[in-house]
Amino acid sequence: MKEKKGIIISGGIIGIISVLLVKLGNPANMGFCIACFIRDISGGLGLHRAEIVQYLRPEIMGLVLGSFIIAFMNKEFRPQGGSSPFIRFVLGITVMIGALMFLGCPLRMVLRLGGGDLNAIFGILGFIVGILIGIFFLNKGFNLKRNYKLSNGEGLLFPIINIFLLILLISAPSFIFFSQEGPGSMYAPIGISLLAGLVVGVLCQRTRLCMVGGIRDFILFKDTYLLLGFVSIFIFCLIGNGSLGYLKVGFLEQPVAFHDGLWNFLGMVLCGLGSVLLGGCPMRQLILSGEGNTDSVITVMGMLIGAAICHNFGLASSPKGPTPNGQIAVIVCLIVVGVIGYIHSEMFVPKKVKGDVKIG
Amino acid sequence: MDRVDTRGMSCPQPVLMTKNAISDDPEKLEILVDNNTAKNNVSRFLKHTGYTFQIKEVDEDFIIYARK
Repeated sequence: MKEKKGIIISGGIIGIISVLLVKLGNPANMGFCIACFIRDISGGLGLHRAEIVQYLRPEIMGLVLGSFIIAFMNKEFRPQGGSSPFIRFVLGITVMIGALMFLGCPLRMVLRLGGGDLNAIFGILGFIVGILIGIFFLNKGFNLKRNYKLSNGEGLLFPIINIFLLILLISAPSFIFFSQEGPGSMYAPIGISLLAGLVVGVLCQRTRLCMVGGIRDFILFKDTYLLLGFVSIFIFCLIGNGSLGYLKVGFLEQPVAFHDGLWNFLGMVLCGLGSVLLGGCPMRQLILSGEGNTDSVITVMGMLIGAAICHNFGLASSPKGPTPNGQIAVIVCLIVVGVIGYIHSEMFVPKKVKGDVKIG
Repeated sequence: MDRVDTRGMSCPQPVLMTKNAISDDPEKLEILVDNNTAKNNVSRFLKHTGYTFQIKEVDEDFIIYARK
């Protein structure tokens, strides 16, 4: 019960912080969005040149460093990796392509619903379908093989890079891009964004909050623990938006969103499926990266490059709707992820039974 | 006694491997995990399925002794 109380309170704090970040300058319904923020960082570093989405979002650095600090203090900082890294990289790319079709990661999907954006319902339905397909593969023995313990240096590198990104943000050298208009130009003060990231990073590390894990564990094990966090974020975000007058219920003219139900749905099918195969949602990957898990670091790198691919090749949606390139990419990625799921399951490689004798 | 070694496996494999192991309805089961998240997840799952358990920390790993 104490455990459940912890995740409900944490979800509530995350929901409220998300609304406050919007009040302090972040784009509407985007207090937190892991996909959007990694996309903005990708733009800030010049990996893509979409001028309206370029900013080194300190919330991301805060999440990683918050997780790192609390994991280190609790002796849970455990450098590990080597579990199918390149497959994870590719899955990271596909998760980003799915999220930028929908225009949001699973966390923003919940925040969008909490702001009254009913298009998110199609996203949630797609997310559940993606998770169900992922569970099918898990039940067929899907796994990406074991990881191995690594050196402290390997695990420390990503948190150090995040400190370096913060220095780049504050010093703002000319080679770092900053949007002058659009969502990338809308942000809360750096210190507050960083603090928000740190707090949420600590909470997520302690509670293991994971948006995909909530629905996956409920279906797979009838375990409601993580799902409570998911629901709590929604409820408190809804309350926060309601009390600040931000609640705008409907399908049309929602902030940084479009109202094509099919592509909102399919984008999140891809995002949900990829996340299940990766073992966690984009936010969880950042938290694990802070704990020294370099498989998650590789996944985040996949998402970073995925974001660049989305904007360089015209795959990302806009409030006008999805692009034809994006629609083709989502279908291709669904096939790619399906093939990855198949060849890493026992449908493709039957499980060896102990004592089997090979004759011939 | 049945033994499940989940070390090195990422989420949700430790719980999934435990779930598969108890599908044979063993009286006793030993589960090896190598991190707190897996330890908590497997413990919660065992509680739901009616198993009692004890946890022993060995070096950097945990052994969960489950009994029906």
